Amino acid sequence: MSGRSRKYKIIFSPQKFYACEMVLEEEGVFGDVTCDEWSFYLLPLDEDIISMELPEFFRDYFLEGDHRWINPVARALQLLNSLYGPFGKTYGIGRCAKMSYELWRDLEEESESEGQGRKPEIGHVFLMDRDTDYVTALCSQVVYEGLVDDTFRIKCGSVDFGPDVTSSDKSIKVLLNSQDKVFSQIRNEHFSSVFGFLSQKSRNLQAQYDRRRGMDIKQMKDFVSQELKGLKQEHRLLSLHIGACESIMKKKTKQDFQETIKAEHALLEGFDIRESTSFIEEHIDRQVSPIESLRLMCLLSITENGLVPKDYRSLKTQYLQSYGPEHLLTFHNLKRIGLLTEQSAGETLTAVESKVSKLVTDRAAGKITDAFNSLARKSNFRAISKKLGLIPRLDGEYDLKMPRDMAYVFGGAYVPLSCKIIEQVLERRGWQGLEEVVRLLNGNEFCVSDSTVEDNPACESQRVVLAVFLGGCTFSEIAALRFLGKERGTRGLGRVGSRRERGVPALQPG
Amino acid sequence: MSRVRADEEEYWHSSKFRAFTFDDEDDELSQLKESKRAVNSLRDIVDDDDDDLERVSWSGEPVGSISWSIKETASGSTSSLDGRDSSLQKGSSSYAALPKQASSYSLSSLFKGRNKLPSFQSLSDALTDTGVKSYAPELRRPKAEYKDYSSDWSPKDTVRRMQRGKVCSLERFRSLQDKLVLLDEAVAGHDGNVITAVLIFLKRTLRREILFRELEVRQVALCHLIHFLREMGEQKFLLDLLRFLDRTEEVALSQYREHLNIQDVEKRREFLKGCIGLPFSAEDTSHIQDHYTLLERQIIIEANDRHLETAGQSELFRKYPRKASILNMPLVTTLFYSCFYHYTEAEGMFSSPTNLKKTFKIPDKQYVLTALAARAKLRAWGDVDALLTTKNWLGYTKKKAPIGFHRVVEILQRNNAPVQVLQEYVRLVEDVETRLNLATKYKCHDVVIEVDCCLVKRWVTGLLFLSSFSVLCPVPLLSCAWWGLFIPVAWENL
Repeated sequence: MSGRSRKYKIIFSPQKFYACEMVLEEEGVFGDVTCDEWSFYLLPLDEDIISMELPEFFRDYFLEGDHRWINPVARALQLLNSLYGPFGKTYGIGRCAKMSYELWRDLEEESESEGQGRKPEIGHVFLMDRDTDYVTALCSQVVYEGLVDDTFRIKCGSVDFGPDVTSSDKSIKVLLNSQDKVFSQIRNEHFSSVFGFLSQKSRNLQAQYDRRRGMDIKQMKDFVSQELKGLKQEHRLLSLHIGACESIMKKKTKQDFQETIKAEHALLEGFDIRESTSFIEEHIDRQVSPIESLRLMCLLSITENGLVPKDYRSLKTQYLQSYGPEHLLTFHNLKRIGLLTEQSAGETLTAVESKVSKLVTDRAAGKITDAFNSLARKSNFRAISKKLGLIPRLDGEYDLKMPRDMAYVFGGAYVPLSCKIIEQVLERRGWQGLEEVVRLLNGNEFCVSDSTVEDNPACESQRVVLAVFLGGCTFSEIAALRFLGKERGTRGLGRVGSRRERGVPALQPG
Repeated sequence: MSRVRADEEEYWHSSKFRAFTFDDEDDELSQLKESKRAVNSLRDIVDDDDDDLERVSWSGEPVGSISWSIKETASGSTSSLDGRDSSLQKGSSSYAALPKQASSYSLSSLFKGRNKLPSFQSLSDALTDTGVKSYAPELRRPKAEYKDYSSDWSPKDTVRRMQRGKVCSLERFRSLQDKLVLLDEAVAGHDGNVITAVLIFLKRTLRREILFRELEVRQVALCHLIHFLREMGEQKFLLDLLRFLDRTEEVALSQYREHLNIQDVEKRREFLKGCIGLPFSAEDTSHIQDHYTLLERQIIIEANDRHLETAGQSELFRKYPRKASILNMPLVTTLFYSCFYHYTEAEGMFSSPTNLKKTFKIPDKQYVLTALAARAKLRAWGDVDALLTTKNWLGYTKKKAPIGFHRVVEILQRNNAPVQVLQEYVRLVEDVETRLNLATKYKCHDVVIEVDCCLVKRWVTGLLFLSSFSVLCPVPLLSCAWWGLFIPVAWENL
């Protein structure tokens, strides 16, 4: 150990923060290490998903109000710009989206734009803050990929399947993307269609295998050399996915999935609220799952613009009793973010509060209960839902196998708000006609065209859309956007501002 | 070359020094270029020790001899131009870019004028004092990654440079005004990293009260500082800040949060006791109080039970050894534990369920649910029954469940209750359809028959008795109350 000189190198990724250097300096080791920065911004997870893999993004920005990740986002945009040429039109909604855009523009102006000469390949870019639509993130997922994520946790495009799925005694790590032939066909499907599909496929597979019975030597040889490998691969994948389905079914039945969905749909549609509240209460009493209980409470809060104070107090008490008193801190965090609030009867603002609230949008000023938490926003879900028609009118059965709109990702009950906004803005090529919706979403929308890029609808690039979710997006939204893409003939290049978030990330106490 | 010139222009116009006028601008600029050339020529004279690049002449000493001044300025300009990076030697091509003239300028010409031009603070301060004109502006060093040469970047430019990752010394911003402008520029630049860096600087160079006062009206910066303090664990500073802002509840919560770092239960209990007096809201205070009381009880129960367990005399503990300690568990879990191991104890005992119920005001619903689960696990069906039976004042017993009998059935079934027991409660499920479903699911055929008969009874009027003909199971039809006419009915649902 002694007598050896060592060199220490610290590599910061994606960015080195000044605070880090400060710590090194304070600890007296600044001179002993060399620091470097590895600016890794974008990770392609699939042919139409790029992720920035920043799980801290949501908490740092939305809860703590720290803008530290806006620079990486801007740089990522810059990178895409330099790779794919100037963007045709950029739309956005949300404070973070606006700031990221502005910072990106600043960076572009300063640097020698290497993307200038390039042919534009991305026609539209859409930047959206996660807090524009919390509802979708809080709903239970029922598309296959979403369920796999809920049950097994998909990280960086891969998942760990345990022994109960692999029907052997070892676990296996599987890469889940469009390379997986079986997965790519079922990932966006509603879960109810998946079983049918898998069983059909199994039968086909069996039939293929059975073919070899009637083969002669030559045919057999061909079969083994050409087809067998593919069949074996398919067989392996099929059995994995069937195993996964079984696990999902088991877990969901245990957690009263059916009833949960029913309660969620009621909340989305806005009826039977008291029943839903009782359901949530019971859910907490039975100690089913701390995250699920919170998720339902937040959904109730957002759709109803806050819980009735009596309910808030009683549910909070029961939650603390069921899951631990330290969650007092969790509730405080959720209140700050605006995910779980109390309906207030009009707070009086002190002079200082009103001074500070000037810095925040005036609309939000009236809702600031704690003077310095400027990030809390009022949710106007019901009004928005009505305006945009998020709850489809049901005339007859909703066909989940051949769905007619994006609502299929939630069993026909609800069109994801975020996706609907994207659809509308792209259709109108701007925010015209959506002023009311924008107002209800607390503003901060923008739409910028790059004058150097031709606005030619026939242009190939016009069909490529880059959707950026700042704060993460769910697989349901990705599925819905894929559907939208198929419908409109566009290719989506959905991009996740940070890793997919499940909607209640501020769960850790403190 | 022209770019350099343009930069010069921009530089001059953006300088914050007002000590000069732009009146004889052209003069100044041409003088500047002269100076630049002069300096370059000087380099031949002076032994430019490029290795020692860390030197930045801030001496402020009055100028001694001219040669000293030359050396000062030459080395000063070298260091300012070269920055602190030896790699910038390569960049000296920008020197070469300037025409090197024979030094037709006398040294004295270098020292005319007094502060006519904005002084380069990177060059010796002494120069300004002695009225020596400052020198050639430093050239923009191309691709000087991560390093910066100190110069008079405006707040906006400083922020810009920091956003690009360059090291900028903020020491220059000494007046409060400058600091605030810098901070506001940082906030306008949207980069949280830079905002935090500026705040670190302000925290170091400003008295708390002043910093707090200024941040009170700068919301975004305030959030960054709070986040920074939290991450760095600077609890005391954070609490002072929150107190200043009158955010008393957050003060309380921040202090309460600390309990998570305390592993030792006794210490944690003490700490929680101290938290009770903190300025929480009224309801939160009661939650904290409950937290403390709960932990206190848990410590007592744990100590007692551990003793019992090791003594090995309790059959219950022998048969169902404890899998984990009860410390720091939520209340409901504690209640379950208590119903499991201490069900029959008197209310006076801390470990008895009734005591817990009373102390923490646990609602009936929760209590029954939990107790039920615990007794069912122990297969104590009698206790289950007792929980669900109430006696009214006339002495009649009635089965009642504050949680719904379908839940009761579910819990019993999860614990593999025998069919007779299940049946008892399936029968009591209020909703008929649910009842039927559950009965079918759990094979309580008697109940199925009963339900079916109920349903049939609704359909068939005028017929008093009807028996079911359950094809599925050979349940003795005698048990069926509706014995009479045999009418085979197709039960598709079964």
